[in-house]
Amino acid sequence: MNNDTCIARLDQVGKRYGAIVALDGINLQIHRGELLALLGPNGAGKSTSIGLLLGLHRADSGSVSLFGRDPQDIEARRRIGVMLQSAALPPTLKVGELISLTASYYPAPRTVAECAAFADIGDLLDRRYSTLSGGQQRRVQFAMALAGRPEILFLDEPTVGMDIVARQALWAAMRKAVAAGCAVVLTTHYLEEAEALADRVCVIAKGRVVSEGTVDALRAHVAVRRIRCITSTAAATVAAWPHVLSAECVQGRLAIATAEAESVVRRLLDTDASLSELEVQRAGLAEAFTEITRETESTDLSQEAA
Amino acid sequence: MNTIDSIATPVMTTGRLVNAYVQEAKSECLRYMRNPGFLLPTLLFPSVFYLMFGIFLAHSNSADAPRYLLASYGTFGVMAPGLFGFGVSLALERDTGLLTLKRAMPMPPGAYLLGKMCMAMLVAATVSIILMCMAVFLAGVSLPASRLAAFFVLEVLGVLPFCALGLLVGTLVKGQGAPGVVNLIYLPMAFLSGLWFPLSIMPSFIQSIAPIWPAYHLDQLALSVVGLGQGGILIHVLVLLGFTTAFLLLAARRLRRYG
Repeated sequence: MNNDTCIARLDQVGKRYGAIVALDGINLQIHRGELLALLGPNGAGKSTSIGLLLGLHRADSGSVSLFGRDPQDIEARRRIGVMLQSAALPPTLKVGELISLTASYYPAPRTVAECAAFADIGDLLDRRYSTLSGGQQRRVQFAMALAGRPEILFLDEPTVGMDIVARQALWAAMRKAVAAGCAVVLTTHYLEEAEALADRVCVIAKGRVVSEGTVDALRAHVAVRRIRCITSTAAATVAAWPHVLSAECVQGRLAIATAEAESVVRRLLDTDASLSELEVQRAGLAEAFTEITRETESTDLSQEAA
Repeated sequence: MNTIDSIATPVMTTGRLVNAYVQEAKSECLRYMRNPGFLLPTLLFPSVFYLMFGIFLAHSNSADAPRYLLASYGTFGVMAPGLFGFGVSLALERDTGLLTLKRAMPMPPGAYLLGKMCMAMLVAATVSIILMCMAVFLAGVSLPASRLAAFFVLEVLGVLPFCALGLLVGTLVKGQGAPGVVNLIYLPMAFLSGLWFPLSIMPSFIQSIAPIWPAYHLDQLALSVVGLGQGGILIHVLVLLGFTTAFLLLAARRLRRYG
């Protein structure tokens, strides 16, 4: 991607809290109109990265820019929308009042009705915030984040604690925002969320970006595929075959991990003609993620050993 | 020059900026007006005290008592919106992430504090109107309209030193501990400033340290307004201004350092 589309960046940014290194020379770019997912274990530096881009903290080293400005400059922040992980909004205010308050901070905001339609909360506008369910509250926060016609939306763990229906409703709203040309930066624990939404994924571990690319590119990190089937062939027998990394019996099914799925499947079918319920799956983002963080740890160890 | 700079961004007009301050103040007032847990004690404490000691038990008092108590319960009444409405709510909102969210959003700087200040002044105005109505219509206090107006203005402005003190406490204490700390300031200060019992019947040590409490100075001003003052108006005004400035400076330093 070309440099001109970059609207927010962290450049060689370091940040420490006392003895703890939160960010260790991280580089991150956000481009116009993309949906970028930041993935990583707790304490990896995702929220710190977002906090820096929102002007909540100052970097110890390196540079942070938002639309070419310091994020602490309010002009830059008038072009963003924010939804934070844990913000308790005033319980006695009504949804419509919360949205119009947020809209008042921006130069050319959406109307309350437009925000409500976007996040599908038109029926909630007269309700007090405290009377809403968790999922409804998150949707209201999303509507508030959209109020200023932002060019970037920062969503810190937006779907934590939501049931699957509510989560999918919020996903649909996020896709609509991206379709309208808004870039979205999403931090999440849920790999399937990144898988369902992201154009690009950055895996962050120990304050650095350890891997970056499309969901497919990340999954390609892991050559292993999983085969599952019901068969009379014993797990121990299959485990001894060439190219088979592991084979075990899980809930009455044989589960095999292999890099050569085609040849293993052929041999399975040859061995047991009555084999049924055959499934072959590429590793999900979850496996890729584990693999990538494990690789990082082992390089760290070998560097420390050297 | 890259493409980002050349894309026109809407500019925040002065009108929109003023609107942001107004909306913030309006929301802040609305949310507390709808919160009986905050509003009822704040309005009821001073008025129930006044009803008991200024009206029902008035026969055992001197003739000046209803006026005297209007001043001291008025002072007591405006301490609460400043300390609780400002201090406790700031401490809670620093803890629950609301302040962080507002800092991340492009809320105009100052709108947050100004909004809380308006709310505290509105509650102080309500407290003083209730007390004045009780004094005039139930306790038979007769004061010229000019003095009542002066009392009203004093009460509304008198909330500001306590907003500043609340702000300072709110920056020092976080979360659920704040109400306790604020009560530890609020109740002893009210007592030691002579708001419950006249200072003249208190031990001389308590009388001699009274000038270190902001509430003492506001009470002296309130007494002057209802015609029971001992003078020194300018000094009391200056001391209150000094307290307010000192609390604000300390709080601002603390906010800049720790956010």
